[in-house]
Amino acid sequence: MIHFENVGLRYGLGPEILRDITFDIPASSFQFLTGPSGAGKTTLLKLLFLSLKPTRGLIRMFDRDIASIPREDLPMLRRRIGIVFQDFQLLDHLTTYENVSLPLRVRGKEEHTYRSDVIELLKWVGLGQRINVLPPVLSGGEKQRAAIARALMDRPEILLADEPTGNVDPPMARRLLGLFRELNRQGTAVLIATHDFALMDQVDARRMILSEGRLEIFS
Amino acid sequence: MSVAEKTPAPPERKRLNDGATRPHGPIVPSANVQGSALLAVIAIMSFLACLTLGGVSMVRATAASWQSQISREITIQIKPDDNFDMEKALNDARNLASSFVGVTGATIMDKQATSRLLEPWLGASLDIDELPVPRLVIVTIDESAPPDFAALRDALSKKIPQASLDDHRTWVNRLVSMARTTVAIGTGVLVLVFSAMVLTVIFATRGALSGNRHIVEVLHFVGAEASFVANEFQKHFLIISLKGSGAGSALAALFFMLASWWQSRSLATPASDQATALFGTFSVGWLGYVGIALTMILIAGLTTLTARLTVMRTIYEIDQIRSDPARSDGLNT
Repeated sequence: MIHFENVGLRYGLGPEILRDITFDIPASSFQFLTGPSGAGKTTLLKLLFLSLKPTRGLIRMFDRDIASIPREDLPMLRRRIGIVFQDFQLLDHLTTYENVSLPLRVRGKEEHTYRSDVIELLKWVGLGQRINVLPPVLSGGEKQRAAIARALMDRPEILLADEPTGNVDPPMARRLLGLFRELNRQGTAVLIATHDFALMDQVDARRMILSEGRLEIFS
Repeated sequence: MSVAEKTPAPPERKRLNDGATRPHGPIVPSANVQGSALLAVIAIMSFLACLTLGGVSMVRATAASWQSQISREITIQIKPDDNFDMEKALNDARNLASSFVGVTGATIMDKQATSRLLEPWLGASLDIDELPVPRLVIVTIDESAPPDFAALRDALSKKIPQASLDDHRTWVNRLVSMARTTVAIGTGVLVLVFSAMVLTVIFATRGALSGNRHIVEVLHFVGAEASFVANEFQKHFLIISLKGSGAGSALAALFFMLASWWQSRSLATPASDQATALFGTFSVGWLGYVGIALTMILIAGLTTLTARLTVMRTIYEIDQIRSDPARSDGLNT
């Protein structure tokens, strides 16, 4: 589904942040991306989310070479990817329900066609009682779950999560991990960027370790 | 028990009737500090622009009326002479003038009127028969088809050698050039005010949008197409600009209505006469109000277009960062 080959990236004339990155993400796979702070995890996620282009190398996503994708096609491609940002990126003036339904709203769908699905999903992530609450009132864990629900809303083919358990306590982290595992069982590929080894130890999954811009993979 | 076992099963996508929610809120927040400031800026600028537009149309109308009034009349002046029957000459001049095509009327200025005309210089107790005072025949002409002045002048000089024709050409020319200058200055001021308005509205809109950049980014990253994002912001800014320009234009229209009403209520008072002499009548006419409405539409359109272009450019910049990682300063690695 996703293929990286000898990918390198540098900001301006600075040193290469990522060097010779080569890996595949098969459909329905589950993997962790880890490494020390500053190793390039967020940059790699940005490449995966099409918000950066590599300075060298080949990236193929959904059978398309991303170097040749025109700007106008990017939204359609992004719709196949769900992303959970480290800082949630929820809109403070919209309720939990409205934030979670945003991906469907921007696709021009009528509210009556997705309302029950959104409420069901919110219940599934444990936010059934918080549907009309604005993000500033939500706790860190609730915001995280709202962000996850939004990423899952349109059933993406791959879910990218940047430090999804960084703001929650261990029981909540386990619960969130459970959500990702269930989602993966449904067929969605999952990549979680984290440096929480305790979290990774709970699941027998592939580990992609970034260190000084280079990637090592441990199955 | 494993994590997976503890987790509830994912939902079946069945429809539910519970969980009441409020109607969808606007994606762009309807009220914020930047929006209120932009509304105030648009209201002030549209008020000033409409005021200038009305002022210029007023000056234009006044200048045209001066020009029209003075060019509607010509004067035959007959100088006195010994052994000369002034009354006969006046009648002849009037009859001659009336016989020309393009002349709509001719009136002899009688002795009382002539005395009143000279009163400022010669005093009230003037006996006009004691002085060799020239007499006048006022000829009104059809402005659209004036008589042949040269032929009239020739005919007069043949019949009454003491008569001379003043077609007010010098005055008309001076007034025309003054009116043109006044209108040109007014138009210049109008262009400046409109340019300032356009720039202010553009910068204020862009300022208000910069506070909403994170919304553009979030929408972009949840897969919104550029046109969807632009439409959302366009709708939001159209409402703001209609409110602002509507308020400003309505205030300007109200100002002209009140000024016109005050002028009509205080006719022949010194203050009103002075204002009329300086500015003409405060009535801007239906064309003036159409201009005010057009100004409002222009401002609303301009704000909306600026919002659209700015959002499109923001999205373009986000995509540019994608193509050129060097531009993504301060990104986490």
